[in-house]
Amino acid sequence: MTIGLGHYLAVAAILFTLGIFGIFLNRKNVIIILMSIELILLAVNINLVAFSTHLGDIVGQIYALLVLTVAAAEAAIGLAILVVFYRSKGSIAVEDINLMKG
Amino acid sequence: MIVVALFFYLFAGICVASAIMVVAARNPVHSVLYLILAFVNAAALFVMMGAEFLAMILIVVYVGAVAVLFLFVVMMLDVDFAELKQGVLQYLPVGMLVGGIFVGELLFVALTWVIGPGIPQAVTAPIPANIPNTEAIGLVLYTRYVYFFEAAGMILLVAMVGAIVLTLQHRVRVRRQDIAEQVARSPSASIEIVKVRSGQGLGNNL
Repeated sequence: MTIGLGHYLAVAAILFTLGIFGIFLNRKNVIIILMSIELILLAVNINLVAFSTHLGDIVGQIYALLVLTVAAAEAAIGLAILVVFYRSKGSIAVEDINLMKG
Repeated sequence: MIVVALFFYLFAGICVASAIMVVAARNPVHSVLYLILAFVNAAALFVMMGAEFLAMILIVVYVGAVAVLFLFVVMMLDVDFAELKQGVLQYLPVGMLVGGIFVGELLFVALTWVIGPGIPQAVTAPIPANIPNTEAIGLVLYTRYVYFFEAAGMILLVAMVGAIVLTLQHRVRVRRQDIAEQVARSPSASIEIVKVRSGQGLGNNL
């Protein structure tokens, strides 16, 4: 009944899979895709922190902090691009994002 | 010990369930709220693992900033989400297939992994036993990894400037304050003094 490293890794694996599943399921909606990416990054963070505390090495938590920073920056830039795209096209559907296709 | 297990299953269960609802909810606003719930429960898991600082940072950064940003965008864009939701069932089989393959691969890893014998001896920065988690992170982050810390700051700065530049729009026919013009005004250009005779009003002088 003791909760060990494997339990946390299992939760992280389930969250990662749900993130990938969400990207496939909501192919039309960019906002849900961005949220799925956030879920994937959260799963990675859980992995890093689980190994950090299990091995007694603080560097994993430092790395998780950096991942958190990059995730926040990515969300801000992604949503800004989304707002600009919505202004020009009036839609956020993924299949409309083909301006650079030529 | 049983209490620890109970709390772990509570937090992990709510976290996974709300992650399912993030990808399955019909309304994106509900998706964002479920995302907040998932992050709060993940922070609780962090606390259980002993990473209190990261748990609080997760709540501050995600629930306080990123999720609110998502909420703003979802509510600001006037999108017909029901239309976007159409055809989801069409993608369900391939999503199930990829997700199933992925879970299978992860299970393969999960059933057979071992930590190598040399790794526990080779830790880079051991967690000190007698100081709090926040202090331990600070002792390492501001000394050994200070360049990484500054790089993270630069990334945030660039992201902030980039987001502002992307969304800033200069409208053409909007009255704006022109400070130079205001400062350059003189009394002769803006005030006219007229003598008003009694009983006649302004009359022709206006």
